[in-house]
Amino acid sequence: MTGAVSDPKKKKKKRKKKESLDHKVKRVGVALGIFFVVMLLDELGVFDSLFGGMSLYVEFVLYLAPWWVAGHDVLLKAVNNIRHGKVFDENFLMCVATIGAFGMVFFPDTDPHMAEGAAVMLFYQVGEIFQAYAVGKSRKSITAMMDIAPDYANIEGADGELVQVDPDEVSVGDIIVVKPGERVPIDGVVTEGESQLDTAALTGESVPRHVEAGSQIISGCINMTGLLRVKTTKPFGESTVSRILELVENASEKKARTENFITRFARVYTPAVCYAALALAVLPSLVGLGAWSDWILRGLTFLVVSCPCALVISVPLSFFGGIGGASKLGILVKGSNYLEALASVDTVVFDKTGTLTNGTFNVVAIHPEEGFDPDYVLSFAAHAEAYSDHPIALSVKAAYTGKIDETRLAEVKEESGHGVSAKVDEHVVLVGNDKLMRAHHEEFHNCELTGTILHVAIDDRYVGHIVIADVVKDDAAEAIRALHDAGVKKTVMLTGDRKEVADAVAAELGVTEVHAQLLPADKVEQVERLLKEEPEHGKLAFVGDGINDAPVLTRADVGIAMGAMGSDAAIEAADIVLMDDKPSNIARAMHVARKTMRIVWQNIIFALGVKLLILVLAALGIANMWLAVFGDVGVAVIAILNAMRAMNVGELMDRSSR
Amino acid sequence: MKKSFKLDEIDCVNCARELQDALSELEGVKSVSVNFMTQKLTLEADDAEFDDVLDRVVAYTADAEPDCEIIR
Repeated sequence: MTGAVSDPKKKKKKRKKKESLDHKVKRVGVALGIFFVVMLLDELGVFDSLFGGMSLYVEFVLYLAPWWVAGHDVLLKAVNNIRHGKVFDENFLMCVATIGAFGMVFFPDTDPHMAEGAAVMLFYQVGEIFQAYAVGKSRKSITAMMDIAPDYANIEGADGELVQVDPDEVSVGDIIVVKPGERVPIDGVVTEGESQLDTAALTGESVPRHVEAGSQIISGCINMTGLLRVKTTKPFGESTVSRILELVENASEKKARTENFITRFARVYTPAVCYAALALAVLPSLVGLGAWSDWILRGLTFLVVSCPCALVISVPLSFFGGIGGASKLGILVKGSNYLEALASVDTVVFDKTGTLTNGTFNVVAIHPEEGFDPDYVLSFAAHAEAYSDHPIALSVKAAYTGKIDETRLAEVKEESGHGVSAKVDEHVVLVGNDKLMRAHHEEFHNCELTGTILHVAIDDRYVGHIVIADVVKDDAAEAIRALHDAGVKKTVMLTGDRKEVADAVAAELGVTEVHAQLLPADKVEQVERLLKEEPEHGKLAFVGDGINDAPVLTRADVGIAMGAMGSDAAIEAADIVLMDDKPSNIARAMHVARKTMRIVWQNIIFALGVKLLILVLAALGIANMWLAVFGDVGVAVIAILNAMRAMNVGELMDRSSR
Repeated sequence: MKKSFKLDEIDCVNCARELQDALSELEGVKSVSVNFMTQKLTLEADDAEFDDVLDRVVAYTADAEPDCEIIR
């Protein structure tokens, strides 16, 4: 914000600067030092010999000193929170527990518990420091991992000097300069220069991408080799990198069921334990079950474990770690709830084109007639198609490895919808479908392969045909297998394609169910039907390429869009976005989801288990306050460390680059 | 207008949620989110009174969570 806005704030009373973690460490360290000296003197009986009958009160004061040094801020926070109507807050409970322990001095018939009172406060603070450190560190490492947003863009000044500006200030159509080693700040088109781009941060793909003048480039990639001049096509705020960051940052706001459960549980748990503590401290003595001091102490021990912090912090942290880890693999998860749902997916529905197949046409076979060479057929077909931009023509030209010599060409004629005719080296070449062949009274025969068949005739002689089909992706079969291995029961393929084509692809990949010749509306219907067939705890995921399948993406339990780099519509409609177009990333995403859920449940069971155990032991008088402090902060630290594992996706990374 | 501010720092998930609930009750606040993970506060309010609303948000936060400062 500008200076004008912050001025009025300065007039207000200066707020005390927040205590740094370092300072707190020193303060608690000093308190610990005092505490141990006092305890040592106490154990050696120095106080008894010096002060005799007064020694108890001297000890009281001496133990109160480290308690105050370490815990005065806890006391102040407790008072402040009560002022805001928050009674059951951990600061308050810790104060009650420790002051209560000191208060035991008024029961002269029991052992003094001042040491415990001071110790509980001290270890509570030590635990808080550990906790703050662990949470801060894990939060930073997760956010650093996602920190792919550059903070500046280079603009060329009038004198050719490069000026660094805020990327927010660059308007659409401006030329920015990206030096080697820098991140592309804004989406755009390369106008000058040639380079390799590292897209790993966006897609998890380790093979660099070659770009040159005319190439679209996406913000967040790292420019590796050459200087690029880029004409921006979007403002910074709408560039890929900003959108991704916004998406992942907001992901922690869409809460998973488990998270909501913990929040609700925490609201009930603390008051319940507090009332139980009160009951435990008062009731047994009222009915004459024992000394007041004993039961009050047990009640105070209860208070120490009444804070659910271990759960409240570690569960969202695990989800956030899982989302962060997934984004490292080029998998964007839009909310913890989707990660949770993905973990229990047992049916995966694919829209064939663009997910399992490339969605582009490729030459899959060349079948020449007896006595002809496949290259000969392809060479003539490629020459005849030289001027055509039709996808079929492009695939033929792409398959031809030789150079197309346009000087050999003459009289090229497009026969719309049928094919082309041309003269190549004075030979009359016809390339096209069966209608073209019939029109020219050529003999031809059909192919046993499925796909588009391109017949070739040279000088009135049928020389063979070329089969063109949408090619199945390299890792599609592996992806389906990995999904079944991961416990997915049903894989379903939906397509608008012809039945023969669909069946052939389905058989090749090993999907369990296939439905062909579907209109977009039929796809929604199929997904509805499959959703109805789902068992109660199963979830259905739909995978599409983000083109024309928004209704199905939103209808499924988990909508997954793939190959979505730069496609706004897909990013909008899907719950999970795969930045590259590898279907094997779906199984990888499921692994991350399952691992995250495992960690979440480990933490819930571990934290609750330990706390309940300590509650029971404390009620029976077996657990003391020392154990209770471990149950509070020790468990929290262990749970946080466990939560950090969720962001570790190293083993999955290796698999993807292999 | 919607704007994000960095927080230094809100140190528990619960506190973040409670702060968010309380701030959303303040006058002029259209929507507010306090994100513990990213340590960000996102405030939405009318352009005309945005600075006033922000002042209220900052003042409330300083009072309720003295350890948490909104950096603007």
